[in-house]
Amino acid sequence: MSHLSINITDKSYSQQPLKQVIKNLQLDLYNHEFVCLVGKSGCGKTTLLNILAGLDDDYTGHISLDNTHNPKIGYVFQNPNLLPWRTVTENIQLAAKPDAKTLAFLLANMGLSAEKDSYPEHLSLGMQRRVSIIRAFANQPDLLLMDEPFVSLDSPTARQVRQLLIDLWQQRPHKVLFVTHDLREAITLADRLIFLDSQPMAILADVKVSLAREQRQQDSQIDSFKQRLFIDYPQIKHLL
Amino acid sequence: MQRSFILSSLSLLLLLLGWHSLAVYQQSPTLPTPVVVIEVLIAEIQSGDLWHHLSATLYRLFISFSIAMSLGCGIGILLGRYQNWDYFFDNWLIIFLNIPALVTIILCYVWFGLTETAAILAVVINKLPNVIVTIREGTRALDKSLLDMAKCYQFGKFKTLQHVILPQLHPFMMAATRSGLALIWKIVLVVEMLGRSEGMGYQLHLFFQLFDVASILAYTLAFIAVMQSIELLLLKPLDRTVKRWQK
Repeated sequence: MSHLSINITDKSYSQQPLKQVIKNLQLDLYNHEFVCLVGKSGCGKTTLLNILAGLDDDYTGHISLDNTHNPKIGYVFQNPNLLPWRTVTENIQLAAKPDAKTLAFLLANMGLSAEKDSYPEHLSLGMQRRVSIIRAFANQPDLLLMDEPFVSLDSPTARQVRQLLIDLWQQRPHKVLFVTHDLREAITLADRLIFLDSQPMAILADVKVSLAREQRQQDSQIDSFKQRLFIDYPQIKHLL
Repeated sequence: MQRSFILSSLSLLLLLLGWHSLAVYQQSPTLPTPVVVIEVLIAEIQSGDLWHHLSATLYRLFISFSIAMSLGCGIGILLGRYQNWDYFFDNWLIIFLNIPALVTIILCYVWFGLTETAAILAVVINKLPNVIVTIREGTRALDKSLLDMAKCYQFGKFKTLQHVILPQLHPFMMAATRSGLALIWKIVLVVEMLGRSEGMGYQLHLFFQLFDVASILAYTLAFIAVMQSIELLLLKPLDRTVKRWQK
């Protein structure tokens, strides 16, 4: 059984006054779970993802993924973070090593086939975001971190990319931690919803999404799940 | 493009015209007309003297520039990336930045003799601190989020340097190159004047003793032409290639 264990006793920023972002956070992901983190902005979600990605080791606690020290990570950052001086294809190939077929498939499904040799600054922000999503997928990660990845996509594109994300995840199961403000998006995607309170970060509710994947296509199902959520977990009302 | 060409040609013409009128009006051997200077220049080219001395200077320029740039970039990146190194070497940098060029040149000649190595060492010591400071500033301004991306996707040191760090440092390197070339050739002339028996600096010193202003100006013109060609044929095209990704 594959297991990601997150146990952070303290993460503070050493500004004055000292700001504690995370205190005694314990979270476990089993097997190939798709988990959405829902919380207000500034509650430390990005800080948590950065710690998981190994970008921030200034914390007290312990993270382990299947006891490996060097898990493969795909990270869709809040900003696209593409190298402006490398083309779309180069940006993807520098980070990941997809074979030509996979790369062409991903580019086509993201509607970027025609832009594969363009430089990022010649693309719209939404396109740049999609490139950064391809980069993360192409890396075939053990753990996929996504920090509000769909914010500047128009809704048809966002729907398409969401579907692609689910398809890819089902084809090659891996853990996903997905940060979002959008509860509807979270319910559509996740196996589990983690609602977070801020300063310091604390888990308000850990909810299993009981809807089958097919049911989630229907808006009415999502709405009724949302209604039940508010009744069952009154403590998360202020978040939404 | 067309307008810029016309304007720059006009301004150059105006400069020459001003010089010519002033020379004609003054009628002094210390201010020859442009025509006289060009004649001297052609004579020096034909005799082979100009090329002999110019190439000696360009050789020193090239060697000392290459050493100063490569060392300076390395040290600059190191100081910009690692705070402790910076704390440690910051004082050295300030000291070397403030030693007058003439002092390093004299000391190098005194300590190491009137040799080619001493001459080049003196030039390198003069230029190196400038490169380091420029590149250090550039390294401090590196985009943290791109470095994070490289770390997260396990680029490794070499790939990070090649694809993430150096492209960001390019404008700073160009600045160091341009200011460096301008500074270095002036220092090379002083070095040659004080302790070499060929090169532009040596020749200029000779002409100064003879009060031969026409030759001084002819050599200056030749040098400006060389430096301009480096800018036009080397640096500008390089800039264009590297910046092709920009909007």
